[in-house]
Amino acid sequence: MPEISRDEVAHLADLARIELSDAELDHLAPQLSVILESVASIAEVAAGDIPPTSHAVPLTNVFRADEPEPCLTAEQALSGAPASEQQRFAVPRILGDEQ
Amino acid sequence: MSAGSDLVRRSAADLADALASGETTSVELTRACLDRIAQVDGAVHAFLHVDAEGALAQAAASDARRAAGRPASALDGVPIAVKDVLATEGLPTTCGSRILEGWVPPYDATVVARLRAAGLPILGKTNMDEFAMGSSTEHSAYGPTHNPWDLDRIPGGSGGGSSAAVAAFEAPLAIGTDTGGSIRQPGAVTGTVGVKPTYGGVSRYGLVALANSLDQAGPVTRTVLDAALLHEVIGGHDPKDSTSIDAPLPALVEAARQGAAADLSGVRVGVVRELGGEGYQAGVQQRFDEAVQLLVGAGAEVVEVSCPSFVHALAAYYLIMPSEASSNLARFDAMRYGLRVLPETIDNPSAEEVMRATRDAGFGDEAKRRIILGTYALSSGYYQAYYGQAQKVSTLISRDFEAAYGEADVLVSPTAPTTAFPIGEKLDDPLAMYLNDIATIPANLAGVPGVSVPAGLAPEDGLPVGFQVLAPALADDRLYRVGAALEALLEKEWGRPLLGLDKLDHRIPEVTR
Repeated sequence: MPEISRDEVAHLADLARIELSDAELDHLAPQLSVILESVASIAEVAAGDIPPTSHAVPLTNVFRADEPEPCLTAEQALSGAPASEQQRFAVPRILGDEQ
Repeated sequence: MSAGSDLVRRSAADLADALASGETTSVELTRACLDRIAQVDGAVHAFLHVDAEGALAQAAASDARRAAGRPASALDGVPIAVKDVLATEGLPTTCGSRILEGWVPPYDATVVARLRAAGLPILGKTNMDEFAMGSSTEHSAYGPTHNPWDLDRIPGGSGGGSSAAVAAFEAPLAIGTDTGGSIRQPGAVTGTVGVKPTYGGVSRYGLVALANSLDQAGPVTRTVLDAALLHEVIGGHDPKDSTSIDAPLPALVEAARQGAAADLSGVRVGVVRELGGEGYQAGVQQRFDEAVQLLVGAGAEVVEVSCPSFVHALAAYYLIMPSEASSNLARFDAMRYGLRVLPETIDNPSAEEVMRATRDAGFGDEAKRRIILGTYALSSGYYQAYYGQAQKVSTLISRDFEAAYGEADVLVSPTAPTTAFPIGEKLDDPLAMYLNDIATIPANLAGVPGVSVPAGLAPEDGLPVGFQVLAPALADDRLYRVGAALEALLEKEWGRPLLGLDKLDHRIPEVTR
């Protein structure tokens, strides 16, 4: 069953945009291996012809009536933002220095 | 005995009657709850935020409605505590996480809006495991909640704040949320009642998502009837939640009142073979078996049912839940709300670098574990083997339920395999922590409703045991009928309810001071 290596955890943390310290990697990697081992049995349980269930209550394409309703003002929507400017979310630079 | 302590010990149904008859006022009652919170919450730590001013203003408005002869609902004026995972306009909502510290939502969750419309003053927000990830409330970034039965033990999780608030008589009612057992297991270990409604029965709008396909809000109370009253306030269709069921709720209060007569003739009760025996604490099993005998005495027909796929429920859950959680928690990106941390070592950091630093500082260990696990299970090459397989297991579990409900009207089991464990015991052993949910998870995977009702104290440690009743989807009324019957039968045996101020107060040092 898949051991999850320290490098792999570092890679996953990278994909999930979490900066993990060396100490955190040392701590989390073995725990994740134990958890994965415990769920490994799942591979042998359900045969190919069993349909997957994504939601217990099967509903598709649910829309509410297409009627205008009052919504948040720009000020309300921005009230929790770490930074805002000109009624917009202000974010750090999104391009590299060379771009 | 002060007038305040007389008020806080009473059930919500009883308080509603007292308000209707003019025996008390909402202001008096709300003040009694706030006094009780001031007295015991230093030791219990059920609340992350108490809104005394707001609650008293809502109480005064309620009294004015009563005086004008226009109460907004039967529970108008009865105060309530709300788990900190539901958005409350003007009141902080942290989800127990540093990443949302100080966030004040600009809107109400539908559940909260319905509480306000029904006139229930909101006392404050209750503690929880970070983003509802845990079974002990130890994963809160703001410190653990303590079980009022023994302050050195956990109050269950993730909704340990709500269960402890109700158990410690700080609030007659509370709202919890249940993704894998977070209403029912805290109910079991604190001697309170907790209901997870049918998936889609209560709106998820404004409920900060852990796992969308499993999350469900519901009542946390001291009596079954109180839970039914609260369920009728918060339940029913909401156009703002696309998974909300567009059908009327069954008659829940009526079912609870019918159940209290303790006549279960013609009701078929299925004991789930896979949820009991090995792995269950002896005293938990004993109280469960005794409760089943009481149901037999009340006329129920008890059969044993087998749900062979339930043994895989835990594995399926610990793939589906982290997969959905990793996706949901991606929204905490330091851009639109919550924490923003600028990495100290980088000049003019990029958005991505800010995100990484923020998510490292803002999420606790358990959130990180689940995000990484979910990212792994959803990555290409593993998706079919993990997430896809887990969804197939959900199908098998639903089929087991269907077959079992062919033989029985309700299914029963112990709610949790053990009584409350000591704080710290399982904190760094995720797998041991996950095992707490073994009996509650199948209901979430299949979307069916469940309740935990107090079944007494385990002889070996004197701590509360929970009895779980599960019903088919949309048949939440059966929970209330059977739950209220069991409650009535047990209280007749004990001569009193399980919880009582007299039993608890010597355990909370602040009270005896």
